[in-house]
Amino acid sequence: MKLFEHEAKEIFRSFNMPTPPGGVAKTPAEAKKRAVEVGKPVVVKALVLSGKRGKAGGVKFADTPEEAEKFAEEILAMRINDLPVEAVLIEEKLDIQQEIYAGITIDRNERKYVVIGSAAGGMSIEELAEQSPEKIIKMHVDPNLGFQAYEAREMAIAMGFKGKQINQLGSFFLKLWNIVDAFDVELTEINPLILAKDGRFLAADARLNIDDNSLYRHKDFIEKIKREPVEQNERERLATENDMAYVELDGNIACICNGAGLTMATLDAVSVYGGKASTFLDLGGGADAKRVERGIEIAMMYSNVKAILVNIMAGITRCDDVARGILSARDDGDIKVPLVIRMVGTNEEEGQEILNKAGIPFLKTMEDAASKIVELAKEVA
Amino acid sequence: MAILVNKDTRVIVQGITGGQGTFHSGAMLEYGTKIVAGVTPGKAGESIHGIPVFDSVREAKDAHDATASIIFVPAPFAGDAAMEAIAADLNPVVVITEHVPVKDEIRMIHEAKRKGITVIGPNTPGVITPGAKQKVAIMPGHVFSAGEVGLMSRSGTLTYEIAAGMTNAGIGISTALGLGGDPCVGLTTIEAVKLFEQDKDTKALVVVGEIGGDAEERAAAYIKKNYDLPVVGFIAGRTAPPGKRMGHAGAIISGSSGTAAAKIKAMNDAGIAVAEKPSDVARLLKEIM
Repeated sequence: MKLFEHEAKEIFRSFNMPTPPGGVAKTPAEAKKRAVEVGKPVVVKALVLSGKRGKAGGVKFADTPEEAEKFAEEILAMRINDLPVEAVLIEEKLDIQQEIYAGITIDRNERKYVVIGSAAGGMSIEELAEQSPEKIIKMHVDPNLGFQAYEAREMAIAMGFKGKQINQLGSFFLKLWNIVDAFDVELTEINPLILAKDGRFLAADARLNIDDNSLYRHKDFIEKIKREPVEQNERERLATENDMAYVELDGNIACICNGAGLTMATLDAVSVYGGKASTFLDLGGGADAKRVERGIEIAMMYSNVKAILVNIMAGITRCDDVARGILSARDDGDIKVPLVIRMVGTNEEEGQEILNKAGIPFLKTMEDAASKIVELAKEVA
Repeated sequence: MAILVNKDTRVIVQGITGGQGTFHSGAMLEYGTKIVAGVTPGKAGESIHGIPVFDSVREAKDAHDATASIIFVPAPFAGDAAMEAIAADLNPVVVITEHVPVKDEIRMIHEAKRKGITVIGPNTPGVITPGAKQKVAIMPGHVFSAGEVGLMSRSGTLTYEIAAGMTNAGIGISTALGLGGDPCVGLTTIEAVKLFEQDKDTKALVVVGEIGGDAEERAAAYIKKNYDLPVVGFIAGRTAPPGKRMGHAGAIISGSSGTAAAKIKAMNDAGIAVAEKPSDVARLLKEIM
């Protein structure tokens, strides 16, 4: 679950991590009001769950409340990475001495959390890693001990800070770790973390993603922020409700399969034969007749879909069950585009017989099925 | 011979009284797996398919001399179940459960590491050794035939697809291993290669990878340096868009890392024959073995 900047900062503040004063505005008039409250020049920032916000023009500095109002109007009308901007964050513009990068994420190879810091903040960590990898300090967190205060200070020292800043910045990193630990965070970044001219360290930005698998532990928090954990369209929502994995793409062939790896491989096979997938739909393990039928219904709701390929490797799943699901979807009139079925494995013959009787074409190999569906999709398009 | 699971493996099923646990215990028994006990806290004295149920892993192990565990416990409790199996020194510990919080995964993986225990998964279809007629897995036994090729994969049905293709082509498998579809898993690709390397009866390897992370790149670099036997690779997700999780939590291209292109290149550089389609795996094996 990705948090909006203001939501992440609410967590930051609850851990006594300083953030610039300000507030959220949903209209230009509200933005003006917030700027008056701040009483100083402000920054107007789009609240969207997307990176590269600044590059897209979603961050602007305003000297007066009137200017803040005007910028808010512009930004609220924008779409950033195809996401609408529904609110802006108005915050005091800081007098910057230095921009710092601070983050914590998971190192998949070490299977440990890794704390990342750099005195050269402001740009993306990927660019930084490319241009000056020596400026990035990384420290792995001991899975049993957690991140220790002395390690946080060592981090600040390694980043080149001196004197009382070692304790100040160290404490920032320690708080960030405590947040990660408390909220099952899989990725957090503060970029920039600002060292202001007056010597304070403040989190000017905040990115925070909570592990989706841990959300059952954070029900109170989700209730408090009053929104759904993930923004989904109707089709995505239905797929989630039915415990299916669903991703929309920009082609026109829906691939309905069982298992994530097989579904990805099926998308790839469609592309080998010159087609393009519209839909990744993984029915999951134990796909029975009902799930297959439901999967087809959901896939058909996406207007891009011009053909459907069902590819089932039946281990636990049974081919006769799959066949019955397809039959039922067809009889209900759900299938309005060409359809190709490929299934192998448990009860293959029984499944084949059901489809044969119903006059639904059935292919034995993934290759034949992929090339056939590409051909059919071309005829329709 | 084989890796991780052999004829002497004696299995405990944690979560045996749940729907999945009961169903797959039946399938494992039918295949030939020596399941000696089940565990569901609070349900001692019951029996499932004639297998006695215990309240704790320690009691089950002591009573039936178990060596390994397979876990079907729901995600919120799976981390704890794995810790219990690790504490009882069962090895390997196979975690079938999907959607385990990553924090719990990290804890179990490192505790197992400390004790020299292999955790497989989470979010894995398990391990099967066809020659011993033993599976600690939800894999359908009938698609795997016994032989000399080691098979490892990050996915389930794609593994069955490739195994079935191998079986049809008359190529057998020493051990097939699901590594798990999550970003953090116990046994990694490179560690699995090292296990197969030590198995005298594995004469070739199939490495089935997918987008996300760089486990395949690391394994390819290791294979290039250290592994002399033939290797065939397959990478799923060549057409996956960046930033989208393709079903598996670990299958995501973030920024420029984790792409199929980078993995295929690393495999090619290591002299691994990379299949374009799943069915090419068996064909390539025939060519190079």
